[in-house]
Amino acid sequence: MDPTIILNSGLSTGTILLYASIGEIFAERAGIINLGVEGMMLLGAMTGFSVSIATGNPWLGLLAAMLAAGLLSLLHGVVTIHLQGDQVVSGLSLTFLGTGLALVFGEGLTGQNAPLISAFDIPGLALIPILGPIFFKGLSPLVYLGYLFTPLAWVYINKTRPGLHLRAIGEKPSAADSMGVNVYRLRYFYVFIGGCLAGLAGATITLSVSPGWYSAQTTSGQGWIAIGLVIFAQWDPFQAAVGSYLFGALRRGILDLQGPRQIFGLVNPLYINSNWGFFLQMTPYLLTIIALVLGSRAAAKKRIGSPAALGTPYIRGERGV
Amino acid sequence: MLIFEKRVEDVPKWLPLVTSIGSVVGAFIFSGFILKLIGGQPLVVGQYFFEATFGSWPVFSDTLVKATPLIMIGLACTVAFKMKLWNIGAEGQFYAGAFGASWVVLEVLPLFPSGLPKVVVIAMMMVAGMAGGAIWAFVPAYLKARFQINEIITTLMLNYVAVLWNNFWIFDRWSDAGFQMTPLFDKSAWLPRLADYAQSYRMFSGITLHVGVIFGVVAAVMVWWILERSSWGYEIKLIGDNSEAARYAGINITRNIVFALMLSGALAGLAGMSEVSGVVHRLQERISPGYGFTGIIIAWLAKLNPFAVIPVSILFGALILAGREIQPSGLPLMLQGFILFMVISSDVLLRYKIVIRRG
Repeated sequence: MDPTIILNSGLSTGTILLYASIGEIFAERAGIINLGVEGMMLLGAMTGFSVSIATGNPWLGLLAAMLAAGLLSLLHGVVTIHLQGDQVVSGLSLTFLGTGLALVFGEGLTGQNAPLISAFDIPGLALIPILGPIFFKGLSPLVYLGYLFTPLAWVYINKTRPGLHLRAIGEKPSAADSMGVNVYRLRYFYVFIGGCLAGLAGATITLSVSPGWYSAQTTSGQGWIAIGLVIFAQWDPFQAAVGSYLFGALRRGILDLQGPRQIFGLVNPLYINSNWGFFLQMTPYLLTIIALVLGSRAAAKKRIGSPAALGTPYIRGERGV
Repeated sequence: MLIFEKRVEDVPKWLPLVTSIGSVVGAFIFSGFILKLIGGQPLVVGQYFFEATFGSWPVFSDTLVKATPLIMIGLACTVAFKMKLWNIGAEGQFYAGAFGASWVVLEVLPLFPSGLPKVVVIAMMMVAGMAGGAIWAFVPAYLKARFQINEIITTLMLNYVAVLWNNFWIFDRWSDAGFQMTPLFDKSAWLPRLADYAQSYRMFSGITLHVGVIFGVVAAVMVWWILERSSWGYEIKLIGDNSEAARYAGINITRNIVFALMLSGALAGLAGMSEVSGVVHRLQERISPGYGFTGIIIAWLAKLNPFAVIPVSILFGALILAGREIQPSGLPLMLQGFILFMVISSDVLLRYKIVIRRG
């Protein structure tokens, strides 16, 4: 029950949600809901793990994971952007397909060991009192990368010209189109980016944060939590990062609560009857719902909402397709 | 040159059927290729699949047993999807229904030491099962209706909660001598099976088909009647097609959201009841191999037609039945994913005509 350890490992597990939710933010800012995050993550997790075994290089595994999940997401792109299929149903099928493909190709990976991306201390920074051991000690390079990635994503979306185009195709694609922005191409691009990041999130699990392949248990619904976080975060990378790290810390806190005989001098009810732990395990899921309620109320107050064109196909002129 | 042209006239009646069947066939072929790719033998697996699911009366009965919960869950999704409510929490509502039915058996039945007539027990279980599913669906329904909270996430999150909730009871209060399951239900809580009549009719011996399948068929008729013949169904479809228009027509959208999702939850809950009462005869872990998610595909493949849900459920029942033994284990899931993708991709043919033009 050491708060430093809980926060430190919260950053670690939270990084998974961070990549997945920022990926989804890119796709949704472009106007495409992709509910297939869970499937893409699982495919990425499997691909990263098995490529790392095959090549001996976890970084190649990471790359392969991003590519595999990115390619899978393009299927969603074709169906929703060109065929104007329903984004919700297409995303769901992507979940099924990604999960199915991951289980089929991941057959026999359980119990194997892959070369991993190893954790390290950041020299100097790790020595800062209190903050050092939390933020810069013994974490995966992917976690440190996440620290840089969040502000970069924010600057890209809010302060750059491509970011302006990204927001435009999600808010008013017809206006963007008349300004000469290629709506279709950009939407494909951001769906692909979302897929790559989901794949990265998956590989972060299997190659770094909690190594190993445990079939569908590997992600255990984190893809869905990431989608919930996007709404809670109001499509903002910084808020997504805060939410992700909080969830990560919560996950670790739950694990830690189940061990000790006493907590703060009181008898730990979980030590007497560990079955109460099932209620504790519900908290991430229930908190996602509560976060959604809070997020949407805050949004209603500030009059910000989802990107205006979210979920609707863009049909150029009369002909469509 | 191929050109897509928007359909002006109505879609020919046969086309949705053709695209649905084409999607399934296409998905099988695709999955066959993938199986080949990883070194499997698609034709052998295919033949095995057919024999293990439709090859004889006993296995066909097993297929129907698997199809039974799927019919009810497929209908549950149909009701919600008609209103464009994305209830992907049928899995959780199924578990909640199974819990409700088990609660009747394990908490209420012992209050009557001399036992109760089977009809009464089953009726109570049905009510409790449907109530369980409906209550489970009420939370997302209320949040959606009152605060416009995205029901996709809430229904999905509650799936995990439902499984954990059931786990608590089967690991704790209802645990059978420390095993992670409840004791076997009293016989009065078992849905009648054809095998029960084997003494009078020899041909029924070993046939596991139970009364639940009749629940499914009756539910299909009821859902059809509600959607196509009742004024409530008219409101549901109007909201689904154009919620703004429905609002101007004075339809109470809030109340409709809550009731439609609760009906959806009740149907999924009934499926959970039918499964514990007709098949498992106890509550335990993993009573569903993802029925709640398969129901989504079924509803979509059936083009939200309640009667079409039945044959589609039989196909998917076969998939699940065979999938238990087919390796690799993810194959049925992958196949389902392909089918759903094919269906939504082929929907474009319902909206557009492909015209071949020269020049």
